[in-house]
Amino acid sequence: MKVKSYLPPKFIVERNPDRCIQCQVCVNQCSFDVHYYDAEDDEVRSHEENCVGCHRCVVFCPTNALTIRKNPLDYRENYNWRPEVIEDITKQAETGGVLLTGMGNDKGYRIYWDHLVINASQVTNPSIDPLREPMELITYLGRKPDRLELDHNSLSLKTELAPQVKIEVPVMFSAMSYGAVSLNVQKSLARAATEAGTLWNTGEGGLHHSLYEYADNTIVQVASGRFGVHSRYLNAARIIEIKIGQGAKPGIGGHLPGEKVSADVAATRTIPQGTDALSPAPQHDIYSIEDLAQLIHALKEATNYTKPVAVKIAAVHNSAAIAIGMVRAGADIIVLDGFRGATGAAPKVIRDNVGIPIELALASVDSRLRQEGIRSQASIVISGGIRSSGDVVKAIALGADAIYIGTAALVALGCTLCQQCHTGKCAWGICTTNPFLTKRINPDIGTRRLTNLLRSWSLEIKDILGGMGINAVESLRGNRLHLRGIGLTKTELEILGVKMAGN
Amino acid sequence: MKDLNETNNPYCDDKVIDACSIFGMMNTTGERFSGECVIRAIANMHVRGNGLGGGFAIYGIYPEYAGCYAFHIMYLSREGKSEVEDFLKDRFRFMTAEEVPTRRTQKIVNPPLVWRYFLEVDQQKCNGQPQDDYVMDRVMEINTRIKDAFVFSSGKDMAVFKGVGYPEEIAEYFCLEEYEGYLWTAHGRFPTNTPGWWGGAHPFSILDWTVVHNGEISSYGINRRYLEGFGYHCTMQTDTEVIAYAVDLLVRKHGLPMEIVAKILAPPFWDDIERCPEDEQKLFRTLRQVYGSLLLNGPFTVIIANHGEMIGFTDRIRLRPLTAGVKDSVLYLSSEESAIRLICPDLDQAWIPMGGEPVVGSLERPIVSKGVTIAERNEAPC
Ligand code: SF4
Ligand code: SF4
Repeated sequence: MKVKSYLPPKFIVERNPDRCIQCQVCVNQCSFDVHYYDAEDDEVRSHEENCVGCHRCVVFCPTNALTIRKNPLDYRENYNWRPEVIEDITKQAETGGVLLTGMGNDKGYRIYWDHLVINASQVTNPSIDPLREPMELITYLGRKPDRLELDHNSLSLKTELAPQVKIEVPVMFSAMSYGAVSLNVQKSLARAATEAGTLWNTGEGGLHHSLYEYADNTIVQVASGRFGVHSRYLNAARIIEIKIGQGAKPGIGGHLPGEKVSADVAATRTIPQGTDALSPAPQHDIYSIEDLAQLIHALKEATNYTKPVAVKIAAVHNSAAIAIGMVRAGADIIVLDGFRGATGAAPKVIRDNVGIPIELALASVDSRLRQEGIRSQASIVISGGIRSSGDVVKAIALGADAIYIGTAALVALGCTLCQQCHTGKCAWGICTTNPFLTKRINPDIGTRRLTNLLRSWSLEIKDILGGMGINAVESLRGNRLHLRGIGLTKTELEILGVKMAGN
Repeated sequence: MKDLNETNNPYCDDKVIDACSIFGMMNTTGERFSGECVIRAIANMHVRGNGLGGGFAIYGIYPEYAGCYAFHIMYLSREGKSEVEDFLKDRFRFMTAEEVPTRRTQKIVNPPLVWRYFLEVDQQKCNGQPQDDYVMDRVMEINTRIKDAFVFSSGKDMAVFKGVGYPEEIAEYFCLEEYEGYLWTAHGRFPTNTPGWWGGAHPFSILDWTVVHNGEISSYGINRRYLEGFGYHCTMQTDTEVIAYAVDLLVRKHGLPMEIVAKILAPPFWDDIERCPEDEQKLFRTLRQVYGSLLLNGPFTVIIANHGEMIGFTDRIRLRPLTAGVKDSVLYLSSEESAIRLICPDLDQAWIPMGGEPVVGSLERPIVSKGVTIAERNEAPC
């Protein structure tokens, strides 16, 4: 018996009858079965209750006949029992399951980037025009020694450095696995990273055979499910990343349902077709820090010490102490993923309540590594909700070596943050393996959109650097004097290590 | 604990911001000369300062005490002096102590007392610590702990004279025309955010190092944080202090030669590195990878001196001026060429170094000028 759901439609689909020509483009474009054609009346109509507000139909409607607006849902005002709370309970009452969602934490927690402002030069210090002067964004990731030894006569180096990886812009694409996103998305990321001289990350789903040609710009992940991890995979990579946790779901594993495990996904993940791909919550060979050290060294052995090994954790309460342990355990790069970091699927309660803002985690990790005198031993990469070049500059000034973007890259490909990634129905063809939808991403166009994004950000970063009178990104890294806080408490300023604006 | 920050940078701005005139002159044969011409040269750049700071560093000044640490200390009160002297007597072997001779002049008002001490380190007292480290720690102690006292300089056979006034006024006050040395540097200051304070004038010195500097370092925040990781505490919030510590770390502690240090503080651009011969590429790349946090960004010219060596360079894109000149064995470095021409009209050579390119005067090597590669340097006769 199908019981009537108590959930009201979230969106109202307005079709302007003067404009609609019954072409049914929207019927084809909407993967959530909203639009349908009524042949009897020769009219396109909507099941509004299915609409997720992704705006795919709006963009593709040839006559601009469609408007999607929020259903006002004017319940009686109640600050505690907001519509979202009521609807979550309703859903649980109707399904009895854990509520799943996609993307990152969408709650109104303070976004510290929006409370930090950047410095510029005036009079005593000339700003530098990036159109006329070199402006250097090149960054090397990897472990650095505290000092160099030189032969005094020949001035040749006696110190050999651990492997270093060069990126032309301090912005990389964060882990998004094949299966969670489509192959066309990964292809776009891989090609854009190669063109822009930066790196993309396979996520935990292995490296598809067609993407080995981009291996030089690839970070491969070793996660708790060990999907697709084999010697060729490890040795192809520029960097190997051990994934301990993810900002959207700290402490939680992953689950790629069997329906999404196509023959191709199965081959890449080295699992049988159609089986659920379950990533356990912890790595079952890492129950403590010395276990992590063993895995790091096993991976370095397996690749003959030619690649930096990164360790990625979700930003949680004791990140600083954990990060110190990771560096001491041999991690060459530490990756911190804040609670706004996105996911293909996570329990909503975890996504919205667990973890801490990346700004605070980054500031305290950078400070603590410096206090311990081991900051140079590892690069710091951060991720989790970075939206613009302004955020990137602020992150570098707080101490990051490089920034991962995930959501921003998907937005460049069309994503509108409808948060339906867990449904596998992504109308933009991003977060799905349905061939009817994945072909919506054309890797040529995707590559161009992504390289454009990186290009505009790097031009903007250069503008900001020039304004500060700085012509190399390493002079910004950890240079918190170029930041000031606005509207922050004393404790927040202390943790961020910045002064109040006007001071 | 006294807070030098408070004295030097009372408004707690990020750093002291100043512009300046700088001058350096070195006879690379080691022959000593009087300061008379140096004083005339720096006075010629009067308008680059505003009378809130002037100073000189002289190397080879006390040959009779060449083995002793020569402490020049400024006192604002008698109590400060007696406290410092008790402290010094307890930590060092006293050779001589005397007031630095001065003459009364109209321009210098309210001068502090300045004394000099020639000291030796008692090996037993340093407990196995290298002598230089021991001395440096004691200098930090005086500067941060003892009220009304500040150490101008603490190296061997060298001295710093500085104060509030135009440099030529400071020279007159300290009778500098009467001293001789083989290497002089001089500085006239235009600070924007600090009251005149005698300790804040340049040269800034630690052990044998002196730094005169014109500019503002926009990388100060990270330079300082990086040096803190090596135990240097920037007590005065000035960018010049950061340069002195960086040089101390790189040369004394990490054992790097001075021209390499210049490549760390003002490194070549990545694009230029790509165009170097293979082994230089590797060297320069590694230097930037490891010491990127010491890159000095923003407009500056700096003259760094040490025994037997004077080096001058600008930031990578030469946002502050520097002219070099050579006459026989004498190397001149100056903010303006006119100052050099004034005292030496018939230079053999005068040039404006490229941004970041160091000009080195050394007692051990002929003067290295204009864009010498490392390979060429290695071939050059010593
Ligand atoms: S395409 Fe998206 S916005 Fe349009 S009706 Fe379907 S779900 Fe709603
Ligand atoms: S990836 Fe697709 S499903 Fe996920 S939020 Fe973006 S548009 Fe929606």
